[in-house]
Amino acid sequence: MATYLEFIQQNEERDGVRFSWNVWPSSRLEATRMVVPLACLLTPLKERPDLPPVQYEPVLCSRPTCKAILNPLCQVDYRAKLWACNFCFQRNQFPPAYTGISEVNQPAELMPQFSTIEYMIQRGARSPLIFLYVVDTCLEEDDLQALKESLQMSLSLLPPDALVGLITFGRMVQVHELSCEGISKSYVFRGTKDLTAKQIQDMLGLTKSAMPMQQARPAQPQEQPFVSSRFLQPVHKIDMNLTDLLGELQRDPWPVTQGKRPLRSTGVALSIAVGLLEGTFPNTGARIMLFTGGPPTQGPGMVVGDELKTPIRSWHDIEKDNARFMKKATKHYEMLANRTATNGHCIDIYACALDQTGLLEMKCCPNLTGGHMVMGDSFNTSLFKQTFQRIFSKDFNGDFRMAFGATLEVKTSRELKIAGAIGPCVSLNVKGPCVSENELGVGGTSQWKICGLDPTSTLGIYFEVVNQHNAPIPQGGRGAIQFVTQYQHSSTQKRIRVTTIARNWADAQSQLRHIEAAFDQEAAAVLMARLGVFRAESEEGPDVLRWLDRQLIRLCQKFGQYNKEDPTSFRLSDSFSLYPQFMFHLRRSPFLQVFNNSPDESSYYRHHFARQDLTQSLIMIQPILYSYSFHGPPEPVLLDSSSILADRILLMDTFFQIVIYLGETIAQWRKAGYQDMPEYENFKHLLQAPLDDAQEILQARFPMPRYINTEHGGSQARFLLSKVNPSQTHNNLYAWGQETGAPILTDDVSLQVFMDHLKKLAVSSAS
Amino acid sequence: MQINSYGVGVTPQSQAPPGPQSAGSFQGPPQPPQPSILQPGSQVPPPPPTALNGPGPTPLNAQYQPPPPAGQTLGAGYPPQQATSYGPQMGGAQLSYPGGFPGGPAQMAGPPPQLQRKLDPDSIPSPIQVIENDRATRGGQVYTTNTRGQVPPLVTTDCMIQDQAILHITANETKSGHSSPRYIRCTTYCFPCTSDMAKQAQIPLAAVIKPFADIPSNETPLYLVNHGESGPVRCNRCKAYMCPFMQFIEGGRRYQCAFCNCVNEVPPFYFQHLDHIGRRVDHYEKPELSLGSYEYVATLDYCRKNKPPNPPAFIFMIDVSYSNIKNGLVKLICEELKTVLQRLPKEEHEETSAIRVGFITYNKVLHFFNVKSNLAQPQMMVVTDVSEVFVPLLDGFLVNYQESQSVIHNLLDQIPEMFADSNENETVFAPVIQAGMEALKAAECPGKLFIFHSSLPTAEAPGKLKNRDDKKLLNTDKEKILFQPQTAVYESLAKDCVANSCSVTLFLFPSQYVDVASLGLVPLLTGGTLYKYNVFRVNLDSQQFLNDLRNDIEKKIGFDAIMRVRTSTGFRATDFFGGIFMNNTTDVEMAAIDCDKAVTVEFKHDDKLSEDAGALIQCAVLYTTIGGQRRLRIHNLALNCSTQLADLYKSCETDALINFFAKSAFKAVLNQPLKVIREILVNQTAHMLACYRKHCASPSAASQLILPDSMKVLPVYMNCLLKNSVLLSRPEISPDERAYQRQLVMTMGVADTQLFFYPQLLPIHTLDVKSTGMPAAVRCSESRLSEEGMFLLANGLNMFLWLGVSSPPDLIQGIFNVPSFAHINTDMTSLPEVGSPPSQQLRMIMNNIQHKKPYSMKLIIVKQREQREMVFRQFLVEDKGLYGGSSYVDFLCCVHKEICQLLN
Repeated sequence: MATYLEFIQQNEERDGVRFSWNVWPSSRLEATRMVVPLACLLTPLKERPDLPPVQYEPVLCSRPTCKAILNPLCQVDYRAKLWACNFCFQRNQFPPAYTGISEVNQPAELMPQFSTIEYMIQRGARSPLIFLYVVDTCLEEDDLQALKESLQMSLSLLPPDALVGLITFGRMVQVHELSCEGISKSYVFRGTKDLTAKQIQDMLGLTKSAMPMQQARPAQPQEQPFVSSRFLQPVHKIDMNLTDLLGELQRDPWPVTQGKRPLRSTGVALSIAVGLLEGTFPNTGARIMLFTGGPPTQGPGMVVGDELKTPIRSWHDIEKDNARFMKKATKHYEMLANRTATNGHCIDIYACALDQTGLLEMKCCPNLTGGHMVMGDSFNTSLFKQTFQRIFSKDFNGDFRMAFGATLEVKTSRELKIAGAIGPCVSLNVKGPCVSENELGVGGTSQWKICGLDPTSTLGIYFEVVNQHNAPIPQGGRGAIQFVTQYQHSSTQKRIRVTTIARNWADAQSQLRHIEAAFDQEAAAVLMARLGVFRAESEEGPDVLRWLDRQLIRLCQKFGQYNKEDPTSFRLSDSFSLYPQFMFHLRRSPFLQVFNNSPDESSYYRHHFARQDLTQSLIMIQPILYSYSFHGPPEPVLLDSSSILADRILLMDTFFQIVIYLGETIAQWRKAGYQDMPEYENFKHLLQAPLDDAQEILQARFPMPRYINTEHGGSQARFLLSKVNPSQTHNNLYAWGQETGAPILTDDVSLQVFMDHLKKLAVSSAS
Repeated sequence: MQINSYGVGVTPQSQAPPGPQSAGSFQGPPQPPQPSILQPGSQVPPPPPTALNGPGPTPLNAQYQPPPPAGQTLGAGYPPQQATSYGPQMGGAQLSYPGGFPGGPAQMAGPPPQLQRKLDPDSIPSPIQVIENDRATRGGQVYTTNTRGQVPPLVTTDCMIQDQAILHITANETKSGHSSPRYIRCTTYCFPCTSDMAKQAQIPLAAVIKPFADIPSNETPLYLVNHGESGPVRCNRCKAYMCPFMQFIEGGRRYQCAFCNCVNEVPPFYFQHLDHIGRRVDHYEKPELSLGSYEYVATLDYCRKNKPPNPPAFIFMIDVSYSNIKNGLVKLICEELKTVLQRLPKEEHEETSAIRVGFITYNKVLHFFNVKSNLAQPQMMVVTDVSEVFVPLLDGFLVNYQESQSVIHNLLDQIPEMFADSNENETVFAPVIQAGMEALKAAECPGKLFIFHSSLPTAEAPGKLKNRDDKKLLNTDKEKILFQPQTAVYESLAKDCVANSCSVTLFLFPSQYVDVASLGLVPLLTGGTLYKYNVFRVNLDSQQFLNDLRNDIEKKIGFDAIMRVRTSTGFRATDFFGGIFMNNTTDVEMAAIDCDKAVTVEFKHDDKLSEDAGALIQCAVLYTTIGGQRRLRIHNLALNCSTQLADLYKSCETDALINFFAKSAFKAVLNQPLKVIREILVNQTAHMLACYRKHCASPSAASQLILPDSMKVLPVYMNCLLKNSVLLSRPEISPDERAYQRQLVMTMGVADTQLFFYPQLLPIHTLDVKSTGMPAAVRCSESRLSEEGMFLLANGLNMFLWLGVSSPPDLIQGIFNVPSFAHINTDMTSLPEVGSPPSQQLRMIMNNIQHKKPYSMKLIIVKQREQREMVFRQFLVEDKGLYGGSSYVDFLCCVHKEICQLLN
């Protein structure tokens, strides 16, 4: 076997799985002493161009409580045509279709390279994808115009047979009927009145079985297998209509007096959208796409009153319990999110406004349903436009990078139990023998619903080793986990992706080095960070930080090499060496720090942190910094104030922002216009290089990051200065006058101080 | 008459057993204009009593249904027993009435054997004669309103009315400044000085005010006074507006209010010197100093929220439920709207109408339409939340017709198709009004809703109604429920409508019971109009409806009106009847008031009145014009006062009295059993006449029936009122029809009630082809018809063309263009345009009758001795009613008996 690094990478590429530990401590007691729980980051739909789905259905273990899927780890008796389930050891007969199997004629699911395999299910009715636009009309004219154009553009990107619907809202909520010809027709609802799903369906006339159709449409009988869906029509049929309708969309006509916010009924609009889909297309892949340009100001789910003189809640207000509407609004959106999740639909929020739009209250909608959350300043920015366009990007097969209504089921071998999951999912409350009592994240279940997901959606799944200390596992024993993801593919097929993995058990007392070497500090950092962020949603910030610190110190105590009470003797092995640094940056990150962030921003950052894959998550925790100079090719440099040098150009990627920063000298040169002189063409190239690299990142990322081009002394340089390790500040005077980097005006501790403290605490016997 | 008096402790005199039969005779020389005296003979022996029970067996009757059972007759008409007692004295009356119809018993069809023993109908006062007399003496002349206490010509008399100041008067007399009787008509033009006198006479003191009455083009329209920012000059204490009655003193620096006697400073801008008789030098230059009626431009203080009002809006709300689509009504309305919208009313000097229009269709949900001018297609917005209706759009709902014409036409074209496949039968109603009201409220403008509705609103929503057409309630104390709305929703809705100056006009097309009492309440209280077309057939009845619609849209109207009636000291306005809403006891609020709506005001003494000062009335209406201007319309009237009862009786106006009696009685039906109301009416009639007999008439035998000249026709009119289907419960008349008529009368002016209660009956067969005038009317009695004749009867709602079985064939040919009586198609609702002179003449007559009437009358062709004649005969109001109700003669006898009792 190659190095663990290679092993980890290989596993990630094949299975989309990264474990915190790749050799597992064999007893419950030892496992808890490892501090970092046994857990993994799972990317259920990781793009696998090399993995075409098989066209048949999986073979299931016959034990009703198990139903694990036949996989390469199973023992197979080719002669008897039997296989033994590796989870429950049940012996199963192969189905008749498998009569021809032998050692040389194996089905794909038995081959080791198919530890991840995808099945395509042919049976069952195919249901179309549904896109329901919920559009705020209380926007500025140019914003609305830009949004309308984006929406019109999106019609051409949608799958042609997808159903599309339109709800607009302002003071009122309008559900547009798309089927009618001639006169455009919409159903209008008061924006202040909370309606039950039943009422909404009654009022939209969805409950009646025999709806009087506008006209008989015998032409496409197969396209109308559902309840009347006057509000949801195939794109190819009504794209002209809808384009016109969007074109005629006016700003909310109700007058907004001086000193008032427009009345925006987001809560009712979402409620109606949810109710509409609930009544017409339950358990069908559907996206509710909410486009909003401001906070909800009336009705259920209102976040702030319409008086401009009372500002929207800040973290300060929330701490002081001064956010009047927050609890009620949050409850409203949570109720909607849960209903949506139950129906297998997802809610996206595209919020573009300079002020907050109430993402804090509404976050549960995308969080629980796997929807997107996009935050921008205006719909008239490339950030929104490109991000929105990217939702409809296609993969190598020409399929949309989205999947719906997924159910993730996790099966474990009996030494393990499932503690919980953190990610864009809701619990399906399926109890079973492999569900742990101790919950980490969303627990108490072995199945989760992920209503909307894409190839990068990643869940953190936490396990508990339950094997008792006195029941050792035989040498060479392996623990296994199977992840079964059933989902609706964007081509409307039903698919099942199965990933079965196994890891070696090791006795922590005798083989600690093995376990230590198999530590994946990157995965561990992200998994711990997810736990921390998950806690931060319900606990006070300082408590979470204390908990993180405690865990870090314990980890160092456990795996560090040191002499007691001698900080200078402290060493960490390679596989742990980066971990404290990750924790240092995590502590400073907007995921745990709310200072300088609005509640909406915090919700936004946390939303993305809880769903991105490992690489992106790491960038979020510890942004990447590249340096460009005449001294050589671009190189990654330390995220440290010492990297900020006058003759360098820096490119920082924090996931949410791309910052290009020109050092003092470079900035002066540019000002002087050297780049335009033919003899300084190399300078021109130097200036261009980070721009090109930034473009590359911008092109690939979802959501599109904020792009910041700044220079020494520029106001936007704060984005860089707030991220770098403040190794030089106005406090440590020895750095003054030296030409190494830029001092940061902060009282935050630097990494060095942090490490010093960590070492001291780790070696102390008192803690 | 106080309406409250309907409630308590009235012992109806008519309940008393008939007094001993006296051999009294009516005698005494009649001296016009002295009271007319009937002089029946006493020598005729009593008839056998058996013959007087039940209606006389005329040959005509034999063809009809059997007469109603006697038990039912008791509740409705006058007990036959009374006739038994009085018949004998009346029988064989001499033809002693001076203006009697020169017809003899020979004209009566199939005279029953008892006839000669009955009072001769021609000997009793004839309304036709009274009308003709007044026409002869005052018709076609100029009537100047410059004399206080002057009784104007009858409403039926055409003359030119001049409201003008007369030059040769002294300052102390209020000889100018009286409104035209077209605006105000009083029950009496001379008030008794004391309340004791008033109680003695029991003559109602009331004024019927029609503030927006249409004025013929040859009369001067109202002058508009503009005092700029300072606004109208008003008395500081009672707030009366400057008018000709105000007395300027101290060289013109002060004036004394004629209403409250407060002395006010004349505002500097208004100062003017007085002349030698103490009159302002500019007296004749200022309408408010010399005329009875004029208008002021109102300042912002008179506007809501001190903001100038927005021009009003009309919202058309069409019931598009299944039946309306199926019978083509929706299509008819939509087509018609395209035309009438071009004729929206506008201010005289304006090019186009300022009125904005909006459209709503509904069944059990509401559809609003965005018809903004920049749209290529109208947009439909459905509001399904009928429990709490709201307006889904502001911009684009109410639009200028000219600007949005193409979108509106597009919409009107599409509406019938849009709902062509709808099979929704249920409708809502209250939410529809609510929606229109909310729309006007949101647009901050006054307005009028035109609702085209046809069914009982049974869908689940506020104001949902159920069928309560219960015949068992008739003639019980619970009968009044039928006139009351089913739920309180409509009353509070009406209140909101008035508060937001939203007037509701309702066009009803019922094919069965729709509960007019509930549906009509909002139109009534908001100054709107209720039109009802029973079993509407598009092919036959369209014209009537379309005429009404056109007329209603175009008619003169004021919005957001508040009326205040001020009086001089000594009396005050105590009660108001009409299409009004009152939050307190003085302010009459009207969401809108049009030229056909009248408010009847009752006055009561609260002190003594002086003969010198007279009784002054000032009616001020603050309103918004169709162009969105705020104005004040002032009508002034001064009446005489007298300590002599005779003066009072001399100045009475019977048409106005009947208007008052009808409205107060129709208001009372909500609270009182009909029987009690009828008894009160009879009693009061008897009382008024008895008082006259006792105090004013020259001494004569007690048994003589003496009527004051001004009240000659009071009994016949009163009898018509008593026989009206509202006050007479019969299972044959649907509660909807009764509620409808009740509602119509509540807002009628004097001329309308006159025609409604005593229809006009014109002989057509005797037309002089050369004459262009109207033929002389005949009395509404079957005895005036003849088999060889054709008669036209009109009551303001319907027009009947009655054809005798032996109508002259050439006349039939001339009018109907068919060879014979049998060929005439009675289904027709308008006469064919035959070029012949009789046809032209008849149609001209019909047009004349229809002219300026608030409701388009439906023409019904009635052939003698056919089923339909039953309906027609209800309108022969001098006869005994088919469904009960006594004949004029019987009623006169009854009243006479009452009077005799009172005098004893």
